[in-house]
Amino acid sequence: MAATEAVSGWLRRAADSDVWWSFKRSPLTVSAAIVSFLIVAAAFLSPILAPHTPFDPATLSLLDGLKPPVLVGEGGEWRFPLGTDEQGRDVLSSIMYGTRLSLLVGFASVVVAMVLGIGLGLVSGYVGGTLDAIIMRVADVQLTFPAILVALLIDGVVRGLISVQRHDEIAIYVIVGAIGLSFWVQYARTVRGSVLVEKNKEYVQAARVIGLAPVLIMLRHVLPNVMGPVLVIATINLGLAVITEATLSFLGVGLPSTQPSLGTLIRLGNEVLQSGEWWITVFPGVTLALLVLAVNLLGDWLRDALNPKLR
Amino acid sequence: MNAPAAPLLQVRNLRVEFPTRRGTLLAVDDVSFDIAPGEVLGVVGESGAGKSLTGNAIIGLLEPPGRIAAGQVLLEGERIDNLPYERMRRIRGAKIGAIFQDPLTSLNPLYTVGRQIVETIQTHLPLSAQAARERALDLLKQVGIPAAEQRIDHYPHQFSGGMRQRVVIALALCAGPRLIVADEPTTALDVSIQAQIIALLKRLCREHGTAVMLVTHDMGVIAETADRVAVMYAGRIAEIGPVRDVIKSAAHPYTRGLMGSIPSMGVRSARLVQIDGAMPRLTEIPRGCAFNARCTEAGERCFRERPELMAAGATRAACWRHDTGGVGAVRTKEAAHA
Amino acid sequence: MPDGGTLPLVRLSALKRHFDVSPPWLVRALEGKPRQIVQAVDGIDIEIAKGETFSLVGESGCGKSTVARLVVGLYPPTAGKIEFDGNDMSQSRGRAEMAALRRRMQMIFQDPFASLNPRWRVFDIVAEPIRAFGLAKDAADLEQRVGDLLRQVRLTPADGRKFPHEFSGGQRQRISIARALASQPEFLVCDEPTSALDVSVQAQILNLMMDLQRRFGLTYLFISHNLAVVFHISTRVGVMYLGRLVEVAPTDTLFRRPKHPYTRMLLDTIPDLDMTGRQRAPVAGEVPSPIDPPTGCAFHPRCPFANERCSRERPKPVESEGGTVACHAIEEGRLPVEERSYAVRG
Repeated sequence: MAATEAVSGWLRRAADSDVWWSFKRSPLTVSAAIVSFLIVAAAFLSPILAPHTPFDPATLSLLDGLKPPVLVGEGGEWRFPLGTDEQGRDVLSSIMYGTRLSLLVGFASVVVAMVLGIGLGLVSGYVGGTLDAIIMRVADVQLTFPAILVALLIDGVVRGLISVQRHDEIAIYVIVGAIGLSFWVQYARTVRGSVLVEKNKEYVQAARVIGLAPVLIMLRHVLPNVMGPVLVIATINLGLAVITEATLSFLGVGLPSTQPSLGTLIRLGNEVLQSGEWWITVFPGVTLALLVLAVNLLGDWLRDALNPKLR
Repeated sequence: MNAPAAPLLQVRNLRVEFPTRRGTLLAVDDVSFDIAPGEVLGVVGESGAGKSLTGNAIIGLLEPPGRIAAGQVLLEGERIDNLPYERMRRIRGAKIGAIFQDPLTSLNPLYTVGRQIVETIQTHLPLSAQAARERALDLLKQVGIPAAEQRIDHYPHQFSGGMRQRVVIALALCAGPRLIVADEPTTALDVSIQAQIIALLKRLCREHGTAVMLVTHDMGVIAETADRVAVMYAGRIAEIGPVRDVIKSAAHPYTRGLMGSIPSMGVRSARLVQIDGAMPRLTEIPRGCAFNARCTEAGERCFRERPELMAAGATRAACWRHDTGGVGAVRTKEAAHA
Repeated sequence: MPDGGTLPLVRLSALKRHFDVSPPWLVRALEGKPRQIVQAVDGIDIEIAKGETFSLVGESGCGKSTVARLVVGLYPPTAGKIEFDGNDMSQSRGRAEMAALRRRMQMIFQDPFASLNPRWRVFDIVAEPIRAFGLAKDAADLEQRVGDLLRQVRLTPADGRKFPHEFSGGQRQRISIARALASQPEFLVCDEPTSALDVSVQAQILNLMMDLQRRFGLTYLFISHNLAVVFHISTRVGVMYLGRLVEVAPTDTLFRRPKHPYTRMLLDTIPDLDMTGRQRAPVAGEVPSPIDPPTGCAFHPRCPFANERCSRERPKPVESEGGTVACHAIEEGRLPVEERSYAVRG
């Protein structure tokens, strides 16, 4: 109830806020938003929009294999605007489905990291003391490993525990968990820092004087006031998560080729790059770069727009 | 104290604007005043009245996007409001000193106070390192830093708040400026320290003949320090005159209300005098007199025409009550609020 | 002192609060530094009678705000006892019983910009205590109550739909007061409620607080550094210096015949707005660090009347003219009482 009120209030003020104003004034940000929107829309509407269903073997024909993109080279067909791979899969459709998967992994792992990080950060900052010290030391230790290493480690452990076939089925959950776990530290630290500031403000003290339970104070008072920086990190992390997933998939420890994400597509294309079929790997690569660039630009703008010192 | 001699500082029809997305805010609106050599002019007003912006505009330190939209600032007869940054920077050290509310932000935490003062002295005066250090030491003694010989090599964080403000004053005095713009110099300090700093400022002005523009919200500081006082309201000067007359027999209803609402130590009463309402936001300044909605003596003319400063007894006030035309037909409070 | 026989509403006995400001354990061990303890409140006794306004004055760092926070339970005391209407607040009791006590005391804070949650509507801010203590029967009752509270502080029920940033400092402080009144408390702790406001607005808020006190029979603990404000609003005044109470007296007595040298010094710093030509007497010295307070009487290094005993022995509060004074010079009769008068401003 309070949460929905907070969200609706936030939206209402957002429409009239300086943030929206600064958005409209930045052409780069507007273009980034449009590009992000187009990519996200194309990805999630791929079952409707995509010209082919690339992972239904029944629709594939080896005769269509290795067709180049329409606008370059001989033998391109409008049926396959961006060409096909050696099994006759339409590259454009593969990219749309792959982007959907990449984004799903990205969003899901950001949510995992956010929930984990915000929760631990709130507790750490609000409760303080030994609990705070333990959480923050764990965070410090985790920060000494690169995110990709943490993800590789988790994936490796899971692989060692279960069979290959079973692993392919749950690969997406493993990878979401792995990326989420490797990103929570940033949220926890940011939230903890903001909580330390907010909890000494008088409105929190006023709630304590009433005798409100600490959990309620954290959720109702502190959390809404620390969400600004979290939103910025989440946006930038979305790009990072997509990249991390792509890297893992490129290295062959991410999503299996039966469920190819952008990273998997790039890896598969990379194998035939030497024989001249560049389009199989370049187009997914360009999509990935565009997506991450656009999301990062949005994140940068959001960081500046929410920072009162830069306004 | 309206000295017949040429004024040291002349501010002519100063306007400071802030362009925002909701239109341009007029933060200082047509403000004019003079400061004579050696005179202490107090500028008093509530937060948002434009008093600090006026000070910042004079010393050329308006924070963007704020800018001087119209008017002139003349120091010793020469315009200083349109100077390039570098020339203004030299004037700021040599002829105008500045003191701000928070002494910590005026001092560089990485250097000893001695080094900062010596550097400032050498920027503006052709002195050798040795001579500059002697002058720095002399300044620190003048502002009442005990054991100045040792303290000169201390860092700002080793000083208490009151001592830091003394160092800032020494820094402002480095090049022997003709004018000091002091923006809330005592607000961050405890009452007992406030009295020390005020006494120090007064003594230094007397000894060096330095003029001071003292910007503050604290009428007590003004009463003890200033020769003349300008009362600002919503970006305009409501009243200006000798401090005694403004405090004892104010001509503008706002000044009177302001003075009345300061709790007096004489008698205790069940209620304090209060001015209803609050100063309008810069986006909502009404037509006519900016004080009209809160004024108990406003007439129809006050809602229509903007009063300029006019002679009102011993002071000058921007109020139609002192015009031969008067305030016009009296409006009821209900009509005024509608 | 409160009238004999009746129980004080609030009683603080030998109340202490120390803060550990030591650097982290590892740093201390490496640098061989001892623990650093700030004795923010170092043993004070106060009784506040029903219906009165007891003010605590002092310079920053004297511990007056800590007392306010101790009383409403924002900090647990290090030692000593807080009793509210005969109930020892440190005793553990059930949730419901604790809530019943908390409902009866509320707090008004200093900073009108930090004391209201910027993401809440005014209605929800004022309604929070009513909801927390379950005081409203239903949604209509809640709306009615919040509307009444907003009207009591001279706002309108329609203001409830707005957010705090749409109000000026004085209006926000009114919202703060409405929230404090929402649980129908008997006792309000006011921590510098007007020091962040402009003078013309300060008078409005003080008048409002005095009106509300008369109307609801409220008891105030009023924290301030502004002596002129304290003079107007208080029944009795306590002067604090470095965590200790140096003097407690009825307002008129304190201002007309101050006893403790520190009280006299504070009164000397009141600016002269009556243009009598009186100069504020600049006082030498500054408040010492509460980490390492002076021995004996904490004020002795700044005190013109201090002798060897003052630097050695901590003075005990002694009864004097309806109040108490902790000063050897007064106790020994070395320091004559001094009458003060104040000009009446026309």
